[in-house]
Amino acid sequence: MWTWEPIRAWLSSLITSYWANPALTAVQILMVMIGVILVMAFYTLAERKIIGWMQSRRGPNRVNLFWVPGLGQPFADVVKLLFKEILVPGNANQLLFRVAPFLTMIPALAIWSVIPFAPEKAFANIDAGLLFILAMTSLGVYGVILAGWSANSKYAFLGAMRSAAQIVAYEIAMGFAMVGVLMAAGSLNIGRIIEAQHGGPLSWNWFWLFPLLIVYYISGVAETNRAPFDVAEGESEIVAGFHVDYSGMAFALFFIAEYVNMILISALTVIFFFGGWLSPFDGYLPASSLLAQPGFFWFGLKTLVPMFGFLWLRATFPRYRYDQIMRLGWKALIPVTLVWLFVEGVLIYCHVGPWKGHI
Amino acid sequence: MQGIRSFIKTFLLWELLQGLWVTLKNMFRPKTTINYPEEKTPQSPRFRGLHALRRYPNGEERCIACKLCEAVCPALAITIDSGVSEDGTRRTTRYDIDLFKCIYCGFCEEACPVDAIVETRVLEYHMEHRGENIMTKDKLLAVGERFEPVIAADRAADARYR
Repeated sequence: MWTWEPIRAWLSSLITSYWANPALTAVQILMVMIGVILVMAFYTLAERKIIGWMQSRRGPNRVNLFWVPGLGQPFADVVKLLFKEILVPGNANQLLFRVAPFLTMIPALAIWSVIPFAPEKAFANIDAGLLFILAMTSLGVYGVILAGWSANSKYAFLGAMRSAAQIVAYEIAMGFAMVGVLMAAGSLNIGRIIEAQHGGPLSWNWFWLFPLLIVYYISGVAETNRAPFDVAEGESEIVAGFHVDYSGMAFALFFIAEYVNMILISALTVIFFFGGWLSPFDGYLPASSLLAQPGFFWFGLKTLVPMFGFLWLRATFPRYRYDQIMRLGWKALIPVTLVWLFVEGVLIYCHVGPWKGHI
Repeated sequence: MQGIRSFIKTFLLWELLQGLWVTLKNMFRPKTTINYPEEKTPQSPRFRGLHALRRYPNGEERCIACKLCEAVCPALAITIDSGVSEDGTRRTTRYDIDLFKCIYCGFCEEACPVDAIVETRVLEYHMEHRGENIMTKDKLLAVGERFEPVIAADRAADARYR
């Protein structure tokens, strides 16, 4: 006989485990959201400044905040975008055109729920965290495709198609790189992946999984549609790609999603390959010393390095041609990951490396 | 052998790393741009900016309405009407320069036999309404009066090369 009992039990188990105190959780979520958006705001400024410096320019320095030239630039940009009209093209698919920005934005922010900022400090300490991340990053591409399709414009459509093909190609390499991490940690749980790297910088994954780190970072850059893989936007070829018809805050949502994704890829690189919240002095100083304590400080500090890498790459390299992107993804990155997965398997089987504990 | 070496080079991203090193070095170099409104780059005495009509030190207009500038102007930006003035000399009754047409080539300045039409160093000017792009004779003379010391000094500095 059909009863609601199993469903009710499942629902209540959800509430007890994650929603013990909904108000507190809501406040925490708000804190993380505001923190991420603030970091993203200053990241846009950092991008303009750093790329400016690399091109012997000064970057924005007109809007002062706290007497620091240029620091108020992100807020000036936000105010400008807020006051702009959001245009919807007459021939666009009205519903999808309005929904698409949210479809890119929501997955970008949702992934932060499984990111552990400090030991045991994640909203959802779920066992399949890695799968959740893969699923959510893949969901982000729906927003891009729907935005490009619904605008009913050739340029937007071209951008969307390019983005889709590129993300499909690089998702595979990225997934394989994650498989390497998973083999090293023996778990899909993000917290346990970090704990498995315990024991100083040389036992972090980057040392033994260096090719996977490079592949992961390159596919991360490609996944976020950043230069030199920004054919989906391609200002010089297809105007702005998938978001060519968006204006005002609708455009800002795409913009925020892109930068949040960049921060996220940086954070994931740190989690998978640089020991997340583990201290770099972990194995060298006594465990009681302050510098060896794991914490958010180390996580944030380490995340800044790949974040800088994104800007550095953009300032250095010209855009890849479309067929070159496809060739790199399918013929270079995927074979590299496959070879290294095999090597790693042999290493694990022969008990070489820091992952002696498990097979 | 060559093929293997180039393959290894490509595979290790050698040239990409070299590129990254170049940009990183440039990041710490002094900046080549200046903070424009506060700092300005040096200007040549031959700078060709906003036009002006000059007068002689006794206040007499230099322009004799010979229309050489109108003839030489490649953009057809100058329109001149001439007439006889009160003292019986030939003068312009209308001297218009359309700043939207002007390409700031300086030919009018070169063509002028009496150094009447000149281009000043002024490059920061704007229009707020339609029609302000037409520099009439009065406006040109006003610019000339305002910047006469600079204009005269620049002509003097450049005189030996003319």
